[in-house]
Amino acid sequence: MASIRLAVPDTATAGEIVEIKALIRHPMESGHRRGSRGEVIERDIITRFECHYADEQVFAADFHPGIAANPLLTFYVRAAQPGELRFEWTDQNGQNWSETATLNVT
Amino acid sequence: MRLGALLASAALIGACSQPAEEHNAIELDPESIVSGSRFLTAETQALQADDFANPGFLWVDRGEALFSEPTENGSACVACHEKGLPGVAATYPAFDTETNSVLNLEGRINQCRVKNQNAPELAYESDPLLSLTAYVAYQSRGALVSVDSSGPSRETYETGRQYFQTRRGQFNLSCQQCHTENWGKRLRGDTLSQGHGNGFPAYRLEWQSMGSLHRRLRDCDTGVRAEPLPYGDPLYIAVELYLAARSNELPLESPAIRR
Amino acid sequence: MMRKSQRHLNRRDLLAFGAGSVLIASSPLRSFASQAELEQARRELFGDRPVTEGRVSLTLPPIAENGFSVPLSVEVDSPMTDRDFVKRVAILSPRNPLPLIAQYHFTPQSGRAKVDARIRMSGTQSIQAIAEMSDGSLWSGSQETVVTLAACVVL
Ligand code: HEC
Ligand code: HEC
Repeated sequence: MASIRLAVPDTATAGEIVEIKALIRHPMESGHRRGSRGEVIERDIITRFECHYADEQVFAADFHPGIAANPLLTFYVRAAQPGELRFEWTDQNGQNWSETATLNVT
Repeated sequence: MRLGALLASAALIGACSQPAEEHNAIELDPESIVSGSRFLTAETQALQADDFANPGFLWVDRGEALFSEPTENGSACVACHEKGLPGVAATYPAFDTETNSVLNLEGRINQCRVKNQNAPELAYESDPLLSLTAYVAYQSRGALVSVDSSGPSRETYETGRQYFQTRRGQFNLSCQQCHTENWGKRLRGDTLSQGHGNGFPAYRLEWQSMGSLHRRLRDCDTGVRAEPLPYGDPLYIAVELYLAARSNELPLESPAIRR
Repeated sequence: MMRKSQRHLNRRDLLAFGAGSVLIASSPLRSFASQAELEQARRELFGDRPVTEGRVSLTLPPIAENGFSVPLSVEVDSPMTDRDFVKRVAILSPRNPLPLIAQYHFTPQSGRAKVDARIRMSGTQSIQAIAEMSDGSLWSGSQETVVTLAACVVL
């Protein structure tokens, strides 16, 4: 069960640059560690994050094993029209988790 | 010169303490009691204080969701605990007259599951139990620890105190030597705190996850090359009671961030 | 009655403390990257185009007490208009098992080319950020961080 936390302002004025925070629960297992019995712990990481605003990609990130567990991102979006913000995380096997928020623009 | 100072301090204690008697009871000076968060860097303190970015909230959120989920044959926690359980965590571990034993928060939650939800116990350190415990503990954030170690809890308290003061492991060290006699000094990349449980369940950066107080105790026992006790072991619950009584009046911080 | 010999806490004990819990540490599966591998990763990402120092401010704490989660903030100086914006920023390490830590992709609609994140650092090193602008020019910034507990235990 993925847990996601989003911080998106409820409203913004047109042209305003809003700060967005997105946190997801994920071990980001690097694939470089061994367990207590010496076995290799397989890599299990999120590789891609995308933020779409009114169906356009406005920001994206590629993650590698150097990203800490439970990845947190703070980034920005310029408010234009009222619309839906869609956040999507995809892991190395193509599994994905997403969440949406509405941005009211005045 | 800060770097040099840090590295040099790894050499620390050598100087430390006279040989202690086996149960040489030393208690913290009540005036000097401070939370483990005091020994974190400003960045880590800031992460703990950030109610969005603190990753411990991923478990608190999950616990909140579970709190209002009915079990197969029983009602949700929230059905009976409509106002949540504010302040409750600050009073645990506590004596339970039904089982005639001291229960910690995990044990109390499990008792409610069995007795009031017709559901099996959740495994210690399992994700649901950790999440529920984190959520219940969060509802006491800021409340001052106030456990009762008198009356029927006294015996358990004494058992915990003895465990704390007894040397163990290949290193032959007691909890007390590190956390009562040498707190504030540096050890590896760490600074020794007074060893309070007020931040737990806590998100340890090293675990890259939330974990219970017993997980921390297991790490400390392993650290001195002693065999750690199983999760939920009555002896660890006794230690937990002693730790809590020893930290009475400290505010609860769960979900705390620790190294 | 036999008595266990009394021992003081000494330096060796204390250096060893906790090592059990991070047993994982003992055998990293991959050797660490080097400055040369960082350069190679950079060439793979950006070819042989010249990189100019500047316009990129990278912030990490001067001392991180733990390499498992180090706060990183990167901001690129740009008007972020349709004609002049930051396309992407790569975060590179000369000492982690893999040199490329992350890439961030921006658009004019981002409004501001700034990201805060948390990264892993296997040891003291100078992290580098390279930004590619919409005109194809490359800019860089770097920041040195001392990691007190990290090294091979982290990754
Ligand atoms: C060799 C020294 C050493 C011994 C012995 C030791 N610990 Fe620890 N303990 C540490 C270190 C190092 C930490 C992590 C930094 C800190 O908070 O002190 C720690 C952390 C803790 C914490 C978490 C404190 C916080 O605020 O996060 C608790 C609780 C604790 N120890 C209890 C115990 C108990 C109980 C014992 C005995 C079973 C014990 N320790 C034995 C070194 C020790
Ligand atoms: C059917 C009603 C019911 C349900 C469902 C229920 N509880 Fe309880 N709970 C009680 C009652 C009644 C008490 C106090 C009396 C007792 O059982 O000892 C209690 C006591 C507690 C206490 C101790 C409070 C204190 O002041 O010491 C905790 C903690 C607790 N419950 C947690 C939970 C959690 C977590 C859940 C869900 C996993 C849950 N309960 C589900 C009825 C319920």
